[in-house]
Amino acid sequence: MSHGALILTTVAYVLSLGLYVRFLNTGRALTGRLGTLLLAAGLVAHYFALLERSRGLHTVPYHDLYGSMSLFGWLLALTYLGLELYHRQRSVGAFVLPFILVFFLAAHLAPADRLPQPELRGAIFAFHVTLSILAYAAFALSCVLSLIFLGEERLLKRHELGNMVWRLPPLELLERMSQSSVLIGLASIAIGTALGFVSVDRLTGQYWFYDPKYVVTLLVLLLYVLYFRLARTASWRGARASKLCIFNFVLVVLSFTVVNLYLSHSHRYF
Amino acid sequence: MNRGMEIVLVGLNHRTAPVEVREKVSFTTEQARRAADELRSRGILEETLVLSTCNRSEVYGVPPESSHECAPGLSTFLSEFHAVRPDVLGVSLYHHYDRAAVRHLFRVSAGLDSMLLGEAEILGQVREAYRFAHEYGATGPVLNRLFQGALEVGKRVRSETDLGTRPMSVASAGVKLAERIFGKLRERTALVLGAGAISEQVVSQLRDRGIAQMLVMNRSRDRAEELAREFGGKVVAWGEWDAALQSPDVVVSSVAAEEPILRREMVERAMGARKNRALFVMDLGMPRNIDAGVAKLYNVYVYNMDDLSDIVQQNRQARENEIPRAENIVDEHVGKFLSWQASVELVSLVDELRARLQEERAGFIRARMESMRHLSDEDRARMEGLMDELLEKLLLEPAQRLRGEKELRRKIQNVEALRALFLANREKP
Repeated sequence: MSHGALILTTVAYVLSLGLYVRFLNTGRALTGRLGTLLLAAGLVAHYFALLERSRGLHTVPYHDLYGSMSLFGWLLALTYLGLELYHRQRSVGAFVLPFILVFFLAAHLAPADRLPQPELRGAIFAFHVTLSILAYAAFALSCVLSLIFLGEERLLKRHELGNMVWRLPPLELLERMSQSSVLIGLASIAIGTALGFVSVDRLTGQYWFYDPKYVVTLLVLLLYVLYFRLARTASWRGARASKLCIFNFVLVVLSFTVVNLYLSHSHRYF
Repeated sequence: MNRGMEIVLVGLNHRTAPVEVREKVSFTTEQARRAADELRSRGILEETLVLSTCNRSEVYGVPPESSHECAPGLSTFLSEFHAVRPDVLGVSLYHHYDRAAVRHLFRVSAGLDSMLLGEAEILGQVREAYRFAHEYGATGPVLNRLFQGALEVGKRVRSETDLGTRPMSVASAGVKLAERIFGKLRERTALVLGAGAISEQVVSQLRDRGIAQMLVMNRSRDRAEELAREFGGKVVAWGEWDAALQSPDVVVSSVAAEEPILRREMVERAMGARKNRALFVMDLGMPRNIDAGVAKLYNVYVYNMDDLSDIVQQNRQARENEIPRAENIVDEHVGKFLSWQASVELVSLVDELRARLQEERAGFIRARMESMRHLSDEDRARMEGLMDELLEKLLLEPAQRLRGEKELRRKIQNVEALRALFLANREKP
């Protein structure tokens, strides 16, 4: 496997992170724009890195843990870039890029799992997995946004503004961004789960068999719907909704780790 | 320096003149035009630009003579133009020449010379003064270049440093804080309690930031109506708290009252009715108008006078910390301008040198040919041709390099020394 895409992705993400941090400190529009540009370049290079890795291992990216992590990082970057362009807000980049970078590097620097060739499961299965990972990435992003919201809200309440508060997005914008991200996650997980059932039907001839992952996924879906509803209502708007969003993501992490590794029969790394 | 390239500046500002003098020497647009016309028609300046704001009146110009020689005439002109005694004006005026004048203008444009460090308005005022002078043809190549540079400095300082980003008054700090919560204020409502001077300042800031609706509540309804009329707001009857607190996102309070006028239970009730929509409260009253317990309510942010003053103080410090960065940008552009000025002069110096050599070539050849009578006319013509070719070769290459190499022009600091060396005993053009 050539290292060209790996090096290019790393360089683009690292430079993008540096520029986003600098943008947060200085507020220079040009620096922010360059950060976005490099993130976009990183996304393209990351795509080729994923492609190379998959070709090298003769498997799909989500067949092993590290591949799933890299795909997660790529979809996180994609979701963030979409949100950034939609909401025209770059100050959050400095907080999101480290996660993208860590997932990318951890996935690509680790030795690949020695797993048997995957069974051929078709395009529907591929969409099921990709959309599920996209949902997790979107939920992760909403968690980061909620954490920033809570930090900024606390600073504003305590009158401890420092240099940071003047650079961060307004609280209401952070709420909107978090809700947009959750909406992406909800749509992805709903479609992804439906496709999962279709895929199971095609492969096994039955729509349903019990898997604890289904229960946890349903719970995640319900809790995010609840967040989406409560975040716009009276007593939950603001910090409380953000805390719920963070709690929901803890559940997502549990679903991604404990449930997949120890409880689920048919889900490994997504 | 070449005549027609020197720059002179005569002016006064908030540091050198009290307001009584400043207001006498300020220029309306029409006066600025008339002054520029007179200065040029009297031959005091070839290019002129008048910059007049509430804190400064400055005349920039390119004199036909030496800048130092023209300054006294310029001072006298200002004294006559505004009918102010020369001894009164003299103590307030400053004179800057060439590099110092360029640097002064760039610092002005950057907001470094303003009463309120880093204020944004000055850049617009410089732009407007330049646009006006340029339109009626008072500026020429030197002032055009100078003011374009000044505008670039102003833009760079504002985009690359924090000199102008942080609010520097209690009113603007409060409004900026509201924007930290709500973002743009275009769809927001503000409730103004009390109609004193400080309320007016905040209302003015809110209006500048595009607030959608303004509600005014004051014990004296007449005064409330006056403020509402002035800023396009709506009056709410004093005491109707439940109704008044339901819609606003921002509350500005500066009421003279012994006891807090907004108590915790009132705001708590209102927050319930308004479904916990965030509420930003600026308590500018002394004693405080807002009960301390209000700040503890969910989604309510309360800032009193001391909190806002602390922010202004921090911001002042932050702005001062940005001065070195802004000064670096100023220095960079002063260097660029002087380099441009030098390049124009250097190119003209080479042209002069060439003209002089061509002029002296004829006499030189005539004298030398006297002793070479054995040469045929054809040989003489050939020798003259060779000499021309040699002169061209010697001068053409440096001239081309001077036009093309910025770095070389930058290195040649003293054009006057070169002129003295090669064109001694010759009148400057």
